Formats: sequence, C-alpha cells, structure tokens
Amino acid sequence: MKAIVTVMLKPGVLDPQGRAIGHALETLGFEGVGEVRAGKIIELELAETDTARARAAAEAMAAKLLANTVIESYRVEVV
Amino acid sequence: MSLRAGIVIFPGTNRERDMAIALARVTGGRSPAMIWHKDTDLPPLDLVVLPGGFSHGDYLRCGAMAAQSPIMRAVRDFAASGGYVLGVCNGFQILAEAGMLPGALLRNAGLRFLAQDHHLRVERTDTVFTRGYAEGEVLRVVLAHGDGNYFADEATLDRLEGEGRVAFRYCGPDGAVTPEANPNGSARSIAGVTSANRRVLGLMPHPEDYVDPLMGGEDGLPMFEGLVGALAA
Repeated sequence: MKAIVTVMLKPGVLDPQGRAIGHALETLGFEGVGEVRAGKIIELELAETDTARARAAAEAMAAKLLANTVIESYRVEVV
Repeated sequence: MSLRAGIVIFPGTNRERDMAIALARVTGGRSPAMIWHKDTDLPPLDLVVLPGGFSHGDYLRCGAMAAQSPIMRAVRDFAASGGYVLGVCNGFQILAEAGMLPGALLRNAGLRFLAQDHHLRVERTDTVFTRGYAEGEVLRVVLAHGDGNYFADEATLDRLEGEGRVAFRYCGPDGAVTPEANPNGSARSIAGVTSANRRVLGLMPHPEDYVDPLMGGEDGLPMFEGLVGALAA
C-alpha cells in the first residue's frame, strides 16, 4: 500500500517560505491570494496490506520522524 | 588542564576542526576525541560537543537525520547520567530534534542565510558554559545559519524563562534586546538554552570562531576556559 504523509507547519508558526511564495504570486499579477503556507508531502511504499495497520504505521513514522510535532502537524492518507 | 572532550562528527558536519582548535587552545594542546556518528559508545569524557555544519544535507529538517544516528543514543545516555553536552549551530538543531532541548529551530524569518557578526547578551552565569562571563556581558560572535529562528510555544517559553534556562539572547552592541537586534526572528530573541540541569547547552552562534586575536576576536574564549576550569580533573 502507499501512505501519503502531508506535513505542514502548525497554525501560528511563522512560515516565511509561504509568505515569500505569496509575495512572488502577487508580483506575477495573481490577485486575491490570501495567506500561503508551504509544507511537504512524503510518499511511503508499505508492504502492509491492511489499511488500518498501514495507517497506524505511517502515523507512528510521522510522529517519530517525518514531522517535528513541536512545529509541524501531519495528515496521513492511505491509498 | 585535562579536560576530556569529544566532538561528534556526522556526514556533513564541517565545523569540527574549528571546535577542536578552540578546545585545544584551552587544554594545553590536547586534541579532543573525534567520534564518528556510527559509533555506539563514547569514550570516557567530561564534555561532548556537537559542532556546526549541515549534517545529512539538512534533509527533512536540520538535524532530524543526525538525531537518529547510533551515537545519539550514547549522547542521550551521557546527558541523562549528568554529562555535559554543548551543541553549536547544527549541534543545537540536533539536540532540539533529539528532544534533549525544548523547542525547534525554524527557517530564519528573513529567509536569508546569515553569515555575519552579531552580539549576544549573557543571561546566566550559573552554567559551566557561561561561568567565564559576567551577567549581562555583551559578546561579539559569528552567525552562520539559515535555520536559527528559535521557536517554542508560549507555555514552554514561560517555563524556560521561569527556570532560568535562557543562557544567551541576541542583542545590539550596547546589550539592548530589541526586535531590530533580533537577526533571525527567534522567540524572545533567544540564542541559547540549557537543559533543566544546566548541563546541556544549545547555541546558534559560533563561540569557537573567536578564540584568538588572529581570528578577529576572543569573545568565545571565556566559554572554553570556563569549561576547563569547571570540568577538568
């Protein structure tokens, strides 16, 4: 199975990269763009075939390494 | 003058030799032990140093990979048994990622890598790292980081302040801690924090860069002299 882990900075944690992207979009003439937040997506190929167990494993990996929960939150999707 | 210091080297560490020079300068030329990250045990040491650099290419997050290295289990045990650990720059990031110090180092608020002199104010002198300074003393140090923006939630920051664990703050040349003198957006201008027992220090700027007049300054020297005075058998 494949697990897709999305890691984002928590709300309230300054995201200067997102802000810079927002500025660049504005410079390019795109209007109506509010706050921009940048994160990362990590795809995991898992040998596990049970969806619930795959999700639990990916969540454990996210909590232990893929995200730093002091500053980041994560979301796991199993496909 | 027999401080037994060890410097941990990860792939991508690049400040280990500067740190070794700074330590040798205060130990009568004694070379610190150089310890590879794949080692699982530390030799008998008084001080473990995690130096600056870009361990594992800063992959995932600065220090995230190094924090999982085999040697870090030994470093954690060393600290848990009362050992002294100094993490500078990437070393600070590694200590934070390893959960040995609270908080995290985010991308500099201005997004730019900072390679410049800056000033620090000494907030605590009751640690082995800062005993060579006077409280409120202003140091000139070198910044060399892209991710030095110290972050912790408000409750953690209040706890750190209450427990007197903020060792250094960024300041102006006159010692004033102001938003203008905060180079990277760090919460409460924090540049260095200690563990609860004050035996682990994480610090973003590089005290090892200014230990000789030929380097352009000596403001880092009291840290190393203080360590020798406190820890050398």
